[in-house]
Amino acid sequence: MTAALRAEWTKLRTLASTGWLLIGAVILTIGLSAAVADSTHVTSGSGQDPTKLSLTGIYLGQTVIAVLAVLAISEEYGSGMIRLTLSAIPRRLILLAAKTANVAGLAFVAGLLAVAGCLLAGRLMLPAAGLDPAHGYALVSISHGATLRAAVGSVLYLVLIALLSLGVATAIRDTAVSIGAVLGLLYLPPILVQAVTDPLRRHLQQIAPMTAGLAIQATTNLRSLPIAPWTGLGVLAAWAVASLLVGGLLLRLRDA
Amino acid sequence: MTTTSTPPRPTTEPRRESFGPVLRAEWTKFRTVRGWVIGLIVAAVLCVAFTFLTANGSHEGYCTGAPPPGSGPNSPGSNCQVGHPFVPTGPSGEAVADSYYFVDQPLTGNGTITARVTSLTGLTSTQPANVAPSLADARPGLAIWAKAGILLTPSTKQGSAYAAVMATGGHGVRWQYNYTHDSAGLPGYISSASARWLRLTRAGDTLTGYDSTNGTTWAEIGTTRLAGLPSTVAVGLFVTSPVSFQGSNGSATQATATFDQISIQGADASNAWHGRSIGNGSESFYPTLGSGGYHRSGSAFVLSGSGDIAPGVGEGLLGADTATSTLLAGLIVGLIVMIVVATMYITAEYRRGLIRTTFTATPDRRRVLAAKAVVIGAVAFVTGAIAAGVAVPLGEHVANSNGNYVFPTSTLTEVRIIGGSAALVAVTAVAVLALGTILRKSAGAVAAGIVVFVLPYILGQFLSGSAQEWLFRLTPAAGFDVLATLPRSAQVAYPYTFGNGYYPLAPWAGFAVLCLYAALALGVAAHLLRRRDA
Repeated sequence: MTAALRAEWTKLRTLASTGWLLIGAVILTIGLSAAVADSTHVTSGSGQDPTKLSLTGIYLGQTVIAVLAVLAISEEYGSGMIRLTLSAIPRRLILLAAKTANVAGLAFVAGLLAVAGCLLAGRLMLPAAGLDPAHGYALVSISHGATLRAAVGSVLYLVLIALLSLGVATAIRDTAVSIGAVLGLLYLPPILVQAVTDPLRRHLQQIAPMTAGLAIQATTNLRSLPIAPWTGLGVLAAWAVASLLVGGLLLRLRDA
Repeated sequence: MTTTSTPPRPTTEPRRESFGPVLRAEWTKFRTVRGWVIGLIVAAVLCVAFTFLTANGSHEGYCTGAPPPGSGPNSPGSNCQVGHPFVPTGPSGEAVADSYYFVDQPLTGNGTITARVTSLTGLTSTQPANVAPSLADARPGLAIWAKAGILLTPSTKQGSAYAAVMATGGHGVRWQYNYTHDSAGLPGYISSASARWLRLTRAGDTLTGYDSTNGTTWAEIGTTRLAGLPSTVAVGLFVTSPVSFQGSNGSATQATATFDQISIQGADASNAWHGRSIGNGSESFYPTLGSGGYHRSGSAFVLSGSGDIAPGVGEGLLGADTATSTLLAGLIVGLIVMIVVATMYITAEYRRGLIRTTFTATPDRRRVLAAKAVVIGAVAFVTGAIAAGVAVPLGEHVANSNGNYVFPTSTLTEVRIIGGSAALVAVTAVAVLALGTILRKSAGAVAAGIVVFVLPYILGQFLSGSAQEWLFRLTPAAGFDVLATLPRSAQVAYPYTFGNGYYPLAPWAGFAVLCLYAALALGVAAHLLRRRDA
């Protein structure tokens, strides 16, 4: 297992794309958060959630993380490298586990940097938008329990998105189709949600990976959420586990 | 020794092969990859399926009276029902508001009615929009499109043809007929010091409106022929006052006007004035403040009324369902599949090394790109047209049978929506093909293609309305403006924002923005193809 881990780590580390994607994920996440904070101008008294607003960038950053995770396996199929890999590591589930660990680690690091940057941007920029103590909003601070949950949860969210994407790509094997499938799975339900009415709307929000998973970002008005924060992240975890199981099963059963 | 054959001339430039064979080669490549053809079918099927899902998952209900606090719209106790309230349809088939207070008498044949408006004041409800407005909770405030004047109509049924000359709260004197037509007369606010004389004449089918400041010198504001006007029509005084919007919150309003110097030429002198409230019942969709009324003080009439006589707009009042609103989710899922197929159409060649064979066969690389663009554009257009052609009528039908109000759309508009959706899919496919050519890898092209179209919708909940609108002006998502169908009207003061279902650009302007991006991507791709090794 250690050898498999090291082999996979070497492969990921030495790809030029990995570094660029990680930097891209961090920059896009913080960039979108900053742009949203910059365009926010609060006039009414309440109803805003500064922490959630600061973490908006995750909506964009997750795309890059998903691409990174998909490429980790699909490019091997694209170039035929997978056959070499499987000759070196014939136990396919060990291979998948090694890839999972590496991808999760990278997503964790990128998530940590991105979330820290987002919260910092929120703390510095949101008071100018009217979200300051004078208007009844606390500054974004990690010492606030709900904010800590949102921050830790957002990092975990990115890790789970990476695992979900890896599982989907292991099952589908083609880069373009895998990315299309993952992004469709993430982004379509929220658009569908805007068009339908309850009770379908609520059910969709409870089971869709993105809307359920990002419930972890809420720090105010928790009772109006369609799903509780940790439960929501659990739903995403279930998606990730299910996709890895299907991916692993297909990896075992099929010829490469 | 002489020969009759001419020796081969040294060619200074490569022979230009014709475009036809290149196109055929690219079409054969597309047609014979089973996965891509299946992809097209999947795109169309998913588009129709998601449209159906959206239409089937939205149920409209409406409430009259105040629901108990904290209860949903369908909870017992509030006076709520499934379905939508009655929305009148105007003479040319559009949704209209037609609620007002009318004091009228019959007029047979030609005639002229004259009146002077000496005051126009208003009340605005202070209750939030979901609570039945009550006159007890109202503050002074005159809606800018409050109307008081003379109206002629063949029937007091809602949605009937009419013509009217009126004083308004903030737009001066106007001549309006059949809901959508409007022309301006004297400007200024109404007060006893600046009263306005109004006159409406009927001569056959021709109706003409005049205004005056003194009752002696008259100016014509507008004239129209209402074809098929019956011999006996109703003429009289009317007052109405539309919902007034502060931000996106609407409040019902009521206006009160005083008329004097009233005269009718051509009517039977024994006719009596008859007051009636039109379209103010709870079954009507238009929120009103009180049902209006009138009283006479001496020779003057004082009328109060609430409602509007204007085109129906906006989801705040009517719900947002149009022929396109159910299509959106379906169109996006279809686009995602099409983006994947279009990317693979070029990146697969790079991955397999086929691109070198392609360029050996056709050394002019821009021709290959052009042929690929034509093939993928045509294929995407046909797929989009078939999918939208099925999805739009299906979505409309399902939404209607679920009791949702769907704005009436003309056949021409529906053709525009279907054609626009197909063009949106086609241009997107071409743009993504160019992006795939630039990047030579699938990942970036697919991810960028999808994010650009879906993110502007997702970010709506975080961005201020105007920031989101800019995304639909400047990014390729502006292409979605082809879906714009909700009616707008200069005669209705309503927040025509994206949040209320209004796209910021005119349909073809938004489509042009998308085309610019596609052209830019194609240009960069063609340049790089020539510069780089394959």
